[in-house]
Amino acid sequence: MTEAVNFGNLKVVVFQLADKEYVIPVSQVQGIEKLIYITRVPKTPSFVKGVINLRGVVTPIIDLKNRFGLGESSLSESTRIIIITLDDMNVGVIVDSANDVLDIPVNSIEPQPEVVGGMEQDFIAGVAKIDSRLLILLHLNHVLNPIKSGV
Amino acid sequence: MDTNQYMEMFIEESKEHLQACNEHLLELEKNPENIAIVNEVFRSAHTLKGMSATMGYEDIANLTHKMENVLDEIRNSRLHVTAELLDVVFVAVDQLEEMVLDIAAGGKGKLDVTDTVQKLHKIETGEEIPVAATTVESTVVSNIPQENWLTYDDYEMTVIQQSVEQDFFTYEISVKLREDCLLKAARVYMVFELLEKMGDVIKSSPSVEKLEGEDFDEIFYVALVTTELSEDVQKKLMKVSEVTEVLVNPVTLEQLKKRNNFELDKVEENSVMEITDVIEDKQQIEKIKSPEKSTTSKNNQVQSSKTIRVNIERLDILMNLFEELVIDRGRLQSISEDLHNSELDETVERMSRITGDLQNIILNMRMVPVETVFNRFPRMVRQLARDLNKKINLEVIGAETELDRTVIDEIGDPLVHLIRNSLDHGVESPEIRIAKGKPEEGTVVLRAYHSGNHVFIEIEDDGAGINREKVLKKAISKGIVSNEVAQTLSDKQVAELILSSGFSTADVISDVSGRGVGLDVVKTTIESLGGSIDISSTEGKGSLFSIQLPLTLSIISVMLVELGEEIYAIPLSSIIETAIIRSSDILNAHNQKVIDFRGKVVPLVFLENVFDVPRESTDDEFHSVVLVRKGDKMAGLVVDSFIGQQEIVLKSLGAYLSSVFAISGATILGNGKVALIVDCNALIG
Repeated sequence: MTEAVNFGNLKVVVFQLADKEYVIPVSQVQGIEKLIYITRVPKTPSFVKGVINLRGVVTPIIDLKNRFGLGESSLSESTRIIIITLDDMNVGVIVDSANDVLDIPVNSIEPQPEVVGGMEQDFIAGVAKIDSRLLILLHLNHVLNPIKSGV
Repeated sequence: MDTNQYMEMFIEESKEHLQACNEHLLELEKNPENIAIVNEVFRSAHTLKGMSATMGYEDIANLTHKMENVLDEIRNSRLHVTAELLDVVFVAVDQLEEMVLDIAAGGKGKLDVTDTVQKLHKIETGEEIPVAATTVESTVVSNIPQENWLTYDDYEMTVIQQSVEQDFFTYEISVKLREDCLLKAARVYMVFELLEKMGDVIKSSPSVEKLEGEDFDEIFYVALVTTELSEDVQKKLMKVSEVTEVLVNPVTLEQLKKRNNFELDKVEENSVMEITDVIEDKQQIEKIKSPEKSTTSKNNQVQSSKTIRVNIERLDILMNLFEELVIDRGRLQSISEDLHNSELDETVERMSRITGDLQNIILNMRMVPVETVFNRFPRMVRQLARDLNKKINLEVIGAETELDRTVIDEIGDPLVHLIRNSLDHGVESPEIRIAKGKPEEGTVVLRAYHSGNHVFIEIEDDGAGINREKVLKKAISKGIVSNEVAQTLSDKQVAELILSSGFSTADVISDVSGRGVGLDVVKTTIESLGGSIDISSTEGKGSLFSIQLPLTLSIISVMLVELGEEIYAIPLSSIIETAIIRSSDILNAHNQKVIDFRGKVVPLVFLENVFDVPRESTDDEFHSVVLVRKGDKMAGLVVDSFIGQQEIVLKSLGAYLSSVFAISGATILGNGKVALIVDCNALIG
């Protein structure tokens, strides 16, 4: 690898969900899209909103708020779909807004505190406090494990 | 040296060279004296050696080096091609393949090849190699120079054949007289007298007249049919004074036949034009009609057109981008229709034409000749025929027929299965074939051709065919059909029983085809590709398995239907027909709604319930029903309305939604929205 490693820093995309800010590594983000028509896929969990046509690739969309048990997303002008690439799989997540791209020092990431707003703890890889902001780092492998709908 | 960047190229080219080796070696087996073929193999081996040495794969380089040595000996006429020699070379090629595959899978390409290397070395140095137990052909190396071979006409061949059947030996004998021999004719007379006592002289070279006229140098050749052992013949002849050397060379019928074919080939090459009006032999007619079949090796060299290797992923990306373009074209078209601007109309028109041409080119780029699958079969058939002690001639026709890459990747295994089946259960052993009055050598034909929007691949053999009674007995005992039904089945239906699951006609489970999986697996695979398989068989005459495949998997015909606001696609291949029914025609049977469709009770599936379509319930008097089938079972899918038939591009839902109930994939409609494809099989219990 000849790529310069900015040691100690992690480049992340920051997005808003309800009143909290979450981050995912920018290396796993393929793009941020505006809301487009979603085709519902029957017989899937409620957080699976359906699929979209992302430049010719059929891409599943999940509602992160619903996934975290925080109710349904209310769609608005600022609603965005973040396309995440994970192990050869593309998944779009609906977020309230995409705010920022940040460099956060790796050593500022701490394991999650014991109690974080009742959200399923498996989903959180850690938290980072930058200035007065609390950023929640997501454990994408747990958030986006493939769905098998039985018969 | 960092060789990683060349890895992909190395693997691809190695595979190609090994395939070329395989093909040419098979060719060589048929024409053992054709040095041109040896040169071809040599060239491939040499390139492979160089490449693997550069890449640092010592084992491959070593083995190819040894193989090359042996080929070199053959090239310089110090070694002769025998079945045993080829066996060892084939093993070497197999091992090379194994190593290359190992490298492709990320391994180091290491393999213990000492045994093969030793065998090759023994061959090279002229030592005897242990003869494999199954081999029946003679190992005797012909020590008579090729140009002095005796050739036999049909009558003489018949004589030899009959004498072989009566346990006579056929020898080709070369007799050398002393250079200063004074009465050559007298010596010839003495030799002939001795020979006549031992058996029958069927041929001599030069002719008897010339021998008597002393019109020859020191050596003459005779063919003798006798019961004597070759050593005895030799000793007796050596007793004749002024005879300095006698070589006795046993020949088998196969060798002679091969030699005759070889002679024919030579004649053909020289004067194809002349032959056309004198040929009687059907085989020759075939050869001339389709020269690419008989002289593949030569044509391949000429045909090698300029190509470029493209990663299939890039083609997929191109395809996706192109579909985007097609969708945008659709939007543009509707906009221009609304605006009625002649300039815009013209431009859109032009764009439509160009994108149409582009579509053809892109789809064609994904097409691969079926040859890539077919070319592994000659080797397989050779090996199987040897394992089964059968004589089989594989004919490959239409290898240039093109199919979509995705279909090609899937079709290999089912074909392997069917060919094994033909060889094992179809073609009889040579003894049985002779007893039945068939030629000793069975023929298996592998054929591919286009027809309409489909490609057909057929496997035909001239073997025993399907035994109706045997199949029925088995099917009844396995509970696949009832006794009563069995009697009413047509021969074709009986033949198709062997495709049902849990069926195997083999009395004894053999290593070749009895691997615990029956032909039902073949049927399933082919059907999953959107194809079908058909069997026709005549007992005693042979069987024909015909596979029908769609040209491409990426585009299918569907019926688009509406459910509330949503649009779904139903594959046309599952649909029998569509119908509009009245609410009053719907009957209740055990909480299951059914309709009477042409005297058959068909259950109804309300798709809006299955798919939980969100909408206000409507009470229509009429319902639109799509009648679909899965095997013999039928169901009526109730939808809101039919939109129409359309060709669509098949897309997967991706790894995240790996198995969604009753949805087999998705497609993108002209308006850019995604529509889901209904999996009818999941809806029919």
